[in-house]
Amino acid sequence: MGVSRINDVGGMEGFLAVVEEPDEPPFHADWEAHLHAMNALLIRQGVYNRDEFRDALERMAPAVYLTASYYERWYCAITTLLVEKGVLTAAEVAGNGHGAADA
Amino acid sequence: MSGHHPSAPIAGQVRHIENLLEQRGVIAPGEIDHRIDALLAGGSPLNGARIVARAWTDPAFRDRLLADANTAIRELELSMGGGEELRLKVIANGPGEHHVVVCTLCSCYPTTLLGPSPTWYKSDAYRARVVRDPRGVLGDFDLELPADTRITVWDASAESRYMVLPRRPEGTDALTETELAALVTRNGLIGTALV
Repeated sequence: MGVSRINDVGGMEGFLAVVEEPDEPPFHADWEAHLHAMNALLIRQGVYNRDEFRDALERMAPAVYLTASYYERWYCAITTLLVEKGVLTAAEVAGNGHGAADA
Repeated sequence: MSGHHPSAPIAGQVRHIENLLEQRGVIAPGEIDHRIDALLAGGSPLNGARIVARAWTDPAFRDRLLADANTAIRELELSMGGGEELRLKVIANGPGEHHVVVCTLCSCYPTTLLGPSPTWYKSDAYRARVVRDPRGVLGDFDLELPADTRITVWDASAESRYMVLPRRPEGTDALTETELAALVTRNGLIGTALV
């Protein structure tokens, strides 16, 4: 085993209480469900595999990892792999930026 | 950490990626919607509740479930999903014996069977703390176990997923299997509730 990565939080000190959300829905926004489905399909098509996806999550920069929400991490890992696998370019991924322009 | 970041910008980014993948023919139009529908229709804690109620009422099924969960749940027409089937292990609470499931590295969970996991299960706080201080974490869920109860924490992995079989509550002898299933909660299946 190498040096542990930021995802390896088991036993790490300093976290606060676990907070449960009452009646939590399966997804909090449509885009979360879309990312979930997109990832499953990309793995099924063989664009990348499950281990590569985990690896892409786990090598996120610690500061980004710790401040991103769960599905924001997924967005980061999926787009990282799409670029690395040559499916999209970094410029294409960044193309839309923040959503305002495509109205 | 909260899951409630402002979501408008990322919603646009996700739509943008999805459009590109459809344009390139990597993903067929409508395929993502189908997949979401299938996920929401197929995976639910109700599936876990049905398994638990059957195990409470049928000791032979309980034995088969604990020995080989992937095979046993097919008796209820359930499965861990197609493709490369992930291993499911069911662990039974008993007198003086309590089990809790976590995925310290990420968020591994029997999603195809139970639906998406709750946000707290995926939180860094839960993953970090439950292996070091399970009683403290169970306290966050208002679950106080007797001091002599042994707590075992199971760390899920990409290949192995876990589900807890809670103890059948006292005074439920007269209930039907369907009524028993209605007592079982998602947290009970993870181990952060008694049932």
